[in-house]
Parts: sequence; structure tokens; C-alpha cells
Amino acid sequence: MRRLEPAAIGGVMSRELANFRTYWRGTTFSSVLEPIVYLLAFGLGLSATLVDEVAGVPYVQFVGTGMVATAVIFSSALPAMFGTFVKHRFQNTYEAILAAPVDVEELVSAEMLWIGLRASVYGCVPLLVTILFGLDPAPGMLLVPLFCLATALGFAGFGIAIAATVAKIDQFNYVTALFVTPLFLVSGAFFPIDELPEGVQAVAQLNPLHQLVELVRGGAFGYEGIDLIRFAGLVAFALVMWRIAVSRMEARLID
Amino acid sequence: MAAMAAIELRGVVKRFGPITAVDGLDLDVPEGICLGLLGPNGAGKSTTMRLLTGQALPDAGELRALGHELPGDSKAARAEMGVVPQLDNLDVDVTVEDNLAVYARLYRVADVGAAVDRALDLARLRDRRRDAVDELSGGMRRRLLLARGLIHEPKLILLDEPTVGLDPQIRTELWTLIDALRSRGTTILMSTHYIEEAERLADEVAVMTHGKVISRGKPAELIVEHVGRETAEVYGPPDRLATVRADVEARGLAVRPAGPAIAIVGSERAGNGAIPEDAVVRAATLEDVFVMLTGEAAE
Repeated sequence: MRRLEPAAIGGVMSRELANFRTYWRGTTFSSVLEPIVYLLAFGLGLSATLVDEVAGVPYVQFVGTGMVATAVIFSSALPAMFGTFVKHRFQNTYEAILAAPVDVEELVSAEMLWIGLRASVYGCVPLLVTILFGLDPAPGMLLVPLFCLATALGFAGFGIAIAATVAKIDQFNYVTALFVTPLFLVSGAFFPIDELPEGVQAVAQLNPLHQLVELVRGGAFGYEGIDLIRFAGLVAFALVMWRIAVSRMEARLID
Repeated sequence: MAAMAAIELRGVVKRFGPITAVDGLDLDVPEGICLGLLGPNGAGKSTTMRLLTGQALPDAGELRALGHELPGDSKAARAEMGVVPQLDNLDVDVTVEDNLAVYARLYRVADVGAAVDRALDLARLRDRRRDAVDELSGGMRRRLLLARGLIHEPKLILLDEPTVGLDPQIRTELWTLIDALRSRGTTILMSTHYIEEAERLADEVAVMTHGKVISRGKPAELIVEHVGRETAEVYGPPDRLATVRADVEARGLAVRPAGPAIAIVGSERAGNGAIPEDAVVRAATLEDVFVMLTGEAAE
């Protein structure tokens, strides 16, 4: 049997879909409500008192477009970390799946694809909410789901690789504090990174979330030539994380 | 003509660091039989199962399942075998029929709906098909787990401790289902540490300890070979049991502990006066074989 069979990947994703049907209401509710709360707090709150606009963009729209990245990382890296750990250690789900004609590469690919697709939908919610807050719809926004998908695939791979590496679930606290939170804080979602020290700015360029934020703002306010490189970087990030996740999961699942 | 082997293991070794879980294991399972892999905890039964599903890679030896070389051709082998795990790993929030449908897809079943209906009938859960799994009783969940492993009508089934931790009523229910599969000629490899399970279901039993099969045969043959026809159980205070034990061992008879008693195996071979008059003499069982061979208490 060949590698990466669509039937195997589809089968694993159908399991995720069957489970998602049992909890989608709660997840979707929080995904829609969170950006509204953030926009009300940061966007309207700050713009009314401290910041009117950033780089000629009303602050509420600046934050709204930036929050796409926040939605993507929180609906990809965290579910991948916790979901993978729970399915492996507590539910023994992977033991059952791997007893069927499914290999680890197909399992990881399917999990990443499912999380990526879901996060790309949830990632668009802040953009839609921001439109309600006055952002003009633009044709370039139609590419935002694609940017979200590439980024979410990468962070799903990151989360799966972490879950396959840690010994205990509470070690996720270190990962969240050391990687996830700093990544989203220096993504440029809430403030422009060109206000940061030069060294930090250089590091921020390696942050996939920053690239996503720039691409989303490109979709809303006009693309630049460099955006093609940004997207290529996100695709490379997803590919590298995919291979790392497969490798880590093979080490974890196959004795 | 000898039946073709559904499973062939030759000199299989599997180590976990300093521990050798499977130690030069040779095992053939002919098509159409139920082989019980009987052994205490840590004997290497579950590792053997994992080797057969490609979830553990051997350090040495050769493995074949349904004609496929393992682990290289493991995926093709897994497509033709069904696995019922020791631990319940059903998706508890998902409905009964969706649990089955997911695995029908994973096993590439052409008609998913028909396979789900067939599995529901087997598990006797047709009227609970739209209920979430966590609404089912323990017995229903076990039946569903078994039906899930059979969703693609496999030629070979691996049952890893299928009734471990279940109450006697549920265990009997499952035995009926497994016995029906055996009657249909499905090849079954069943690991267990329950003597009664092996006696009732297995055509042949392989006694495993420390990663090796140390004896194999039909249950009745194993009993005659290792412990004779009768066992005499002697009850009493520890001092008396120690005296009786020393006496019968001096006469060349084998003795094993049996809870509050001692069991003198092969008691029919004892000379006059060797067996205390108050001993309870019974037919020898597979439990006697298990304890004599492995040195472990039976369950």
C-alpha cells in the first residue's frame, strides 16, 4: 500500500469531524465572541482614549486584522498540543487508528489538515467582525483563509511535535509561556513591531504570526511584492513542522 | 494437508532498554483456529500483539501475518486483520454508529452503511445506534469494541485481553460472541491471563512467560503432559501444609500453592498413603499447568 493515501487521511479526518459535531457549538461561540470582546476592549477602548490610528489605519481595524493571527495560533497550536496528548496518553485513540491500515505519517497529516482547516475558518472570524466595526471589504481578503491555513498547518505541526515530546501535560505551561505568548505578543497584532528595538524586530521577522499579520493587512489595505515571500515563508514553515511532527510522533507511537 | 499459517514468528526479539519483553519467540498460528496466548502480566503477550500491528518493531527475528512480511508490509497486513484492544478506546461523545462508520472508512470498506448495520447486529446495538457511547453500559461498550474490530470482516483477529477487568456476566456475553467467530472459521489470536477464558475458547493454548512460549498444545493435552489426570488439594494450618508438602515432595510429587491450600499435582501417581485422607481430589486443570509452568498465581 502506498504512502499518504487519501482514504486513510479522510478516515482520520472523519473521526475528527464526528467528534467536532459533538462540541462545535461551544468552540464556535468562543471563537466568535473572543474577537468581539477584544475589539471592544482594545479597539474601541484604546482608540477612544490613547490611540486613534496606526500607520493611517483606525486602531480598531489595525487590531481587528491583527487578531486573525491570534485566532489562528489559539485554534491550532493549543488544540494540537492538548488534543494530541489526550488522544495518545489518555484515550488510546492512536493505538486504535494505527491498528487499521493507517501509518503515522497519514495520521499526523490528517490531524494537521483537520486543525488547519478548522483554524483557517476561525481565523477569518475576527476579520468578519472587524468589517462590522467599519473595515471596508476588499477582494484581497479572499486570500486570507489561504494564509490562515498555511500558518495553522505549521502551528498544528508544532503542537503535535510538542505533544509527542513532553512527558507530562503540565509541561505545556512552559511551551505556552516561552513560545506561544511571546509569538503572539510580537506578531504586530496589537502594536507595530517597528516600535520595538532593532534586534527584536529582526527576530520578529522569523515569527510566522508576524508574517500572517502582514499578509492579512495586505489583504485588507493592499498587497506589496514582499507578501509573496511572506507566503512562501509560511508554506515552508508548514512543511518543516509537518516533517518534525511526523518524526516526533513516529518516535512516540512506534516502540 | 496442514493448514497455512496465518501468523508465523521466528526468533522474534523485542527489547525495551534493559528489559527483553519478547525473547526469541517462535509462534505459528494456523488458519482457522483460536490460539490462546496464556501468560502472566509481563510475559510479553501485549508486546507480541503490538509487533503484529506494526506498533512495535522487532530487534531481531522474522514476522509474517497473512502472508505479509512485518513490519515492512504491515499496512497491507493490518487491512486484513482486526484488532480488539485491551483498553476501551471508543470515542465516548460520538454515537455508536459514527464510531463504527469511522473505522469502516479507515479499513476502506466499500459500503460503509451496510458494514455499520452488520456490526450493530453483531453487537446487538441496533436500537442504540444513535446514542453516544458514554450512555452505554460496560458490556455494550465491550460488544461495540469487538464489533468495531470486525467491521471489515477480517481474516485474522487479534484479541488483546478481551475481557480483562469485566464482571462475569459481561465476560460470558463476550465469550459467546468470540465463540461464534471461532465457529465461522475466523483465525483468532487471543492473549489472556484468565485460565477459564483460554480453556473455553482456545483450540490450542501457548503458555508464555519471560517473552517465550514454554509449552503449547490443546488444553487437554497440556494437562496430561504437565500435570497428569488428578490434583489433590490439602487444606489446613500452615504448619501442617508445610509438613504434607515436604512429605509428598520427598516422594517425587510436584506441589504448588493454591491460595489457602496446597495442590499435589498428578496425585493419581502417588503411592498408598502419600495423599492425606482429607485431601480433596479433583480433575487436573489448565490452571495447574499454568501455575506449574510459570510459577505465577492464576486468575
